[in-house]
Amino acid sequence: METTSTAIAGSTHATPGFWRQYVFSTDHKTIAKQYLGISAFMALVGGLLSYLIRSQLAWPEKPVAGWGFVGPDSYNAFVTMHGTIMVFFVAMPLLLGAMGNFLIPLMVGAGDMAFPRLNRLSVWTLFVASLVLLSSFFVSGGASPAGWTGYVPLSDVPKYTGAYWGINLWLIALALEFASFLMGGVNFLTTAINMRAPGMTFWRLPLIIWMQVTASVIFLLSVGPLIGGAIMLFLDRTLHTGFFVPGKGGDPLLWEHLFWFFGHPEVYVVALPGFGAMLEIFSVFSREPIFGYRTIVYSTIAAGVLSFVVWAHHMFVSGMDPRLAAPFSVTTILISVPFAIIVFAMIATLWGGSISFEVPMLFALGGLATFIVGGVTGIFLGSEAADIYFHGTYFVVAHFHYTLFPTVIFGGFAAIYYWYPKMFGRMMNDALGKVHFWLTMIFFNAVFIPLFLLGIGGAPRRVYTFEAYNFLRPLQPLNVIATYAAVALLLAQLPFLVNFVWSLARGKAAGRNPWRANTLEWTTDSPPPHGNFTTQPIVYRDPYEYSVPGETHDWLPQNQAEPPAVAVAAD
Amino acid sequence: MSSTATVLTRNAPHSEGIRSIPIGKIGIWWLLASEIMVFGGLITSYVLLRISHGGWAEQAAHVRWQLGTLNTAVLLTSSLTMALALSASRQDRRRRTATFLLLTVLLGVAFLGIKAFEYTGELREGFTPASGLFWSFYYGMTGLHALHVTAGIVVNLTFFVMAVRGDLWDGKQARLEYAGLYWHFVDVVWIFLFPLLYLS
Repeated sequence: METTSTAIAGSTHATPGFWRQYVFSTDHKTIAKQYLGISAFMALVGGLLSYLIRSQLAWPEKPVAGWGFVGPDSYNAFVTMHGTIMVFFVAMPLLLGAMGNFLIPLMVGAGDMAFPRLNRLSVWTLFVASLVLLSSFFVSGGASPAGWTGYVPLSDVPKYTGAYWGINLWLIALALEFASFLMGGVNFLTTAINMRAPGMTFWRLPLIIWMQVTASVIFLLSVGPLIGGAIMLFLDRTLHTGFFVPGKGGDPLLWEHLFWFFGHPEVYVVALPGFGAMLEIFSVFSREPIFGYRTIVYSTIAAGVLSFVVWAHHMFVSGMDPRLAAPFSVTTILISVPFAIIVFAMIATLWGGSISFEVPMLFALGGLATFIVGGVTGIFLGSEAADIYFHGTYFVVAHFHYTLFPTVIFGGFAAIYYWYPKMFGRMMNDALGKVHFWLTMIFFNAVFIPLFLLGIGGAPRRVYTFEAYNFLRPLQPLNVIATYAAVALLLAQLPFLVNFVWSLARGKAAGRNPWRANTLEWTTDSPPPHGNFTTQPIVYRDPYEYSVPGETHDWLPQNQAEPPAVAVAAD
Repeated sequence: MSSTATVLTRNAPHSEGIRSIPIGKIGIWWLLASEIMVFGGLITSYVLLRISHGGWAEQAAHVRWQLGTLNTAVLLTSSLTMALALSASRQDRRRRTATFLLLTVLLGVAFLGIKAFEYTGELREGFTPASGLFWSFYYGMTGLHALHVTAGIVVNLTFFVMAVRGDLWDGKQARLEYAGLYWHFVDVVWIFLFPLLYLS
């Protein structure tokens, strides 16, 4: 196709009607906002559930303020739904759905995604999936109480839980969610591979695009076996097959293998885009090129490959062949190497930079600092000997919140504060943002440090109350502290919500490039028009040319031609 | 005009882009890669469970390998007609393209018909998905495969209608190759399922 026009589609078309423009839009920027909306709403639900869970644990079997009594069955359902919602309906829609959709076309210099209608289908599939999942609260027997991992035979035999449609709907919602992100992943990859602007070689791609691409590949190649597993579980539940039922010749461990073959790579699917956002922000707010760009890319790919051979570290105490534990211990410790390299590269990028502590930078730094705690405690759980003690305790709960909160929540907030001006054309309020950051930072640690201590003390996960355990009674104050902190952490999100809504109407106009950044999205209007760029961007340089000696400005946009000679006009 | 002046905008959402590989081809290959993992997970589970548990061969002895063999031939032939349709479209032989697409659709339907006949017979003999782990895998895997065949039939039928009505010839011939890739993939899956379920 030899389309040679430089005109942009949107400007020549008649304005579409309300439904086409805002609801059933095919514009990647609108779709990104829809993902953000779904993610935000589901985060409210997931947050409310964490309040109920924490209240029950701090004050067992007392009515929860604003809710009432939480029974054991409801407690199990709340824990299950909290995990499911936060991983599949908050983290993925936020970091892949919203950020990937918004950034990939803008950062590679394309007018839209490769398959705009497929994109619309994927966001609406996710919407339906969310409705199905939420509806499971209201069916007879309640929502699934089988844990977000859906371990068999608990999830397999209806009479073990009393939840029939609750678990069926949970499976259907997951299937729809997977379908949605499979379509999204195909779209992301095709766009990043094929829609790059002239001059945008793979080695000039911003790191967040590399991370989104790697995350998409990991997702596409790891979710398949779990889709197969979900079909088997569904058949077990509805047609009484015996895939996972020992009495019928099946094997419960098979589910754990199928689940974690996907479940562990999934951690990197949501973590990598968070790292990508943090890397972009570190470079911009320290006015420094990324330290070791190619090393980071190679590390990301290495982590992606290794992520397929670590899954059984979730199963050290499951009863699998113990000879399997040692190799999986080795690969698990090994995967910390590429992540350590990325973390060191982040620190080296900051080293000697002229750092300015804007809100996105604060969240990115907070994410880095807390992620290190999550990474280091992962070593404990990756070594089989230590894991035998820690497995199934609150140490694990604290550990994975220390890996996912920094990447998803800190990384996600960093990304929102950083790209909000591009998304909505206005700046967010700085003071409210700083209040939001410090309260989140303090109370996040205040929730999960006590949980580490509880876990070391032997407190088991997935129990309704610790009252039956005499040895845990002296540790009960830790539960109370964690619960007060969790309530404060939830309330600390109010400044963000106020800021988000207020800035939509009253924020300072952002201009094209408020952060003086190099990547292509900052070379177009805020918010970008339909079609993104008024002229085809052509890329001449790497994405992180900050503080280049001899230049008049400390940033050089990717589309600035060589030799520069003229000053960069940044309006 | 040079290809660097090509504009990738909403104007041309299906633009072939500035790279040499068409977007549709990249998209379909990634879709197939994820599909390989779906069937790969099921097939691996089947093989591992079968190796570690006895008694499957007795259950497997009841499948009708004659019908399975016939179906293999039907599906392989449909892959041939699909390839012939694609090659006819590349020579711009429009009637021939439509004919071979119709043949592909009919062979796909024949495959489903034979499969349905098999299912009926097996269910009448009392072999349900709950009759044993072999039967669970048999119904689960061939059922999922049949859903994929159904999807392929819908896609191929759409292309047949496009070929007859003429829309296929407005620069959309390339998409026929993507449908072909999918159809061949469905065929290849069956090539794995057939020996695993019928011949072992």
